[in-house]
Amino acid sequence: MSTNQSAANHRFGDTIPPLLYEISRSGRRAVRLPESDVPSTRLPAELLRDDHDELRLPEVSEQDVVRHFTRLSHANMAIDTTFYPLGSCTMKYNPKVNEAVASHSGFASHHPLATTDDSQGSLAVMYRLQHMLAEIAGFSQVSLQPAAGAQGELTGILMIRAYHESRGDTRRRKILVPDSAHGTNPATVTMAGYEAVEIPSDAEGNVDLGALREACGDDVAGLMITNPNTAGLFERNIEAVVDAVHGCGGLVYGDGANFNAILGIVRPGDLGIDVMHFNLHKTFSTPHGGGGPGAGPVGANETLADFLPGPIVGMSQPSPDASDDGSDDSRYEFVSPAQSIGRLRSFHGNFGMLLRAYAYILLHGADGLRAISENAVINANYLRHLTRDVFPAKFDRTCMHEFVSVGSRYEGVSTMDIAKRLLDYGYHAPTVYFPLIVKDALMVEPTESENRETLELFAEALALVAREAGNDPDLLHEAPLTTPRRRLDEVAAVRNLVLRYEPV
Amino acid sequence: MTFDANVRYQDSHEWARKDGDLVVVGISDYAQDSLGDVVYVELPETGTSKAKTEAFGVVESVKAASDVYMPVSGEIVEVNGELEENPATVNESPFEAGWLVKIKPSDPAEIDGLMDAAAYEEFTKGLDD
Repeated sequence: MSTNQSAANHRFGDTIPPLLYEISRSGRRAVRLPESDVPSTRLPAELLRDDHDELRLPEVSEQDVVRHFTRLSHANMAIDTTFYPLGSCTMKYNPKVNEAVASHSGFASHHPLATTDDSQGSLAVMYRLQHMLAEIAGFSQVSLQPAAGAQGELTGILMIRAYHESRGDTRRRKILVPDSAHGTNPATVTMAGYEAVEIPSDAEGNVDLGALREACGDDVAGLMITNPNTAGLFERNIEAVVDAVHGCGGLVYGDGANFNAILGIVRPGDLGIDVMHFNLHKTFSTPHGGGGPGAGPVGANETLADFLPGPIVGMSQPSPDASDDGSDDSRYEFVSPAQSIGRLRSFHGNFGMLLRAYAYILLHGADGLRAISENAVINANYLRHLTRDVFPAKFDRTCMHEFVSVGSRYEGVSTMDIAKRLLDYGYHAPTVYFPLIVKDALMVEPTESENRETLELFAEALALVAREAGNDPDLLHEAPLTTPRRRLDEVAAVRNLVLRYEPV
Repeated sequence: MTFDANVRYQDSHEWARKDGDLVVVGISDYAQDSLGDVVYVELPETGTSKAKTEAFGVVESVKAASDVYMPVSGEIVEVNGELEENPATVNESPFEAGWLVKIKPSDPAEIDGLMDAAAYEEFTKGLDD
């Protein structure tokens, strides 16, 4: 063989398959098209590429492609194969019934440009999902457009900006962001044309109320807050925080990243949060982490509902020719909120994800949603308790759906070493070095999906790794030892970014 | 861990050293050690003026991207172009070859308000680890 493919017949998952470019053979193909039955014509010269580079695409058979990607998938870790306690990401089980619903041909084959009359079923799903999400989080209206969490954040801050501008209040230039926030928060603020002002945390991991009150003023457009926060803690002073911001004329954006901890227990709208995004791909079980795409609907209270991105789905009077056989004769249509900031996403958001989330909510019902959060919180606290001797949580208080420990408590062993060694024990690593307020953070989120045995086995693995860290630090420096690729050189990868394949 | 006695420190971990009429600025050994391998350094245009504690650039490692803040007010008159090619210099030589910018201070006495090496070392001991 001419490539670096070895002649040995490896088991799945033992090795990374060669690149499609490396197994490409001129003329090999996966499809055979019939002879063209229309006249052919040349493209105008000005539309042709002026360089003479061939468009180098791999030429492979269908089976080559299937084997390549199947083998790659086996070399990876996934929620369907492995406990995946990636803090802040809510890697819960993605129920297969969601897939059955989303692949129903009435939805999957429906064209996004079909007429409203021909789309009543899809619109009904969107309408109902808008209302379910609004009810779950305590808002008056929801837009399903944003494609994922970060776009949901941008949506919310643009809505806050549009609100202030609609009142002629243009001197507000600052958005307050706690130092425990996801990095996307300050990025969102900057992208929306505001200045991010960092608010420190207190010793308990909450927003420092004194510092917040000091920062509030007539130049503050709003605050972005995640509750529970990124340390997995409920903001005990959330109402005082919201009051302080409202008191100076600002509005409050809720980052819904950690919503999985409070479903059916706390409604952000009831806390005074003005606008919030939902991560359907976290809280509502749509696939992410290589699956995706995400979906980041945004909900708003009465103050901001008119500014939501449109169109959203509304319901008009029943159409006159509706059947009277007892079937649903409501007519759904697209409407634009009165002062909408406009469109954030082409077509109708990531519609396939909306279907999955809708199925998930119907499957669980109100009581089931509450049970999800109760179990997510119990699981996190049980695991926090099981690991308290080897990786105690940084903040010694009951956590919500996740907890943060310090990964570097063993001499000469880093958080990254611990995370890499866990791969050898068959677990996806927790989140590392985030949140930034905890030095060398190791952030664990088990989700409600996992059973007691899995949590106990994972705690045992953490204890074993801790023992190894004490006895044989070099072993951990070498880890992982059993994966298809060993320790990756992240520094070289960033400093020497290679984005384009070149044949060797 | 080195706490260079020839420079003054700010609590956000920048150091400042007088160099004739100018002030040379970098990040401390403690800061580079906490950040880990530096992979990218973003520095301002020369000629821009900034106030003390205003962010003037970003130091990015595999763990995090951190703003760096002016230890004194003034005009950026020179940036360390070497760091574009070799950001690791910040790790290897934080107090010498890994300097970030040179500032023409608007108040030459401002640097005296920063911590000396002993005070900064004491300050870092009180930090989270």
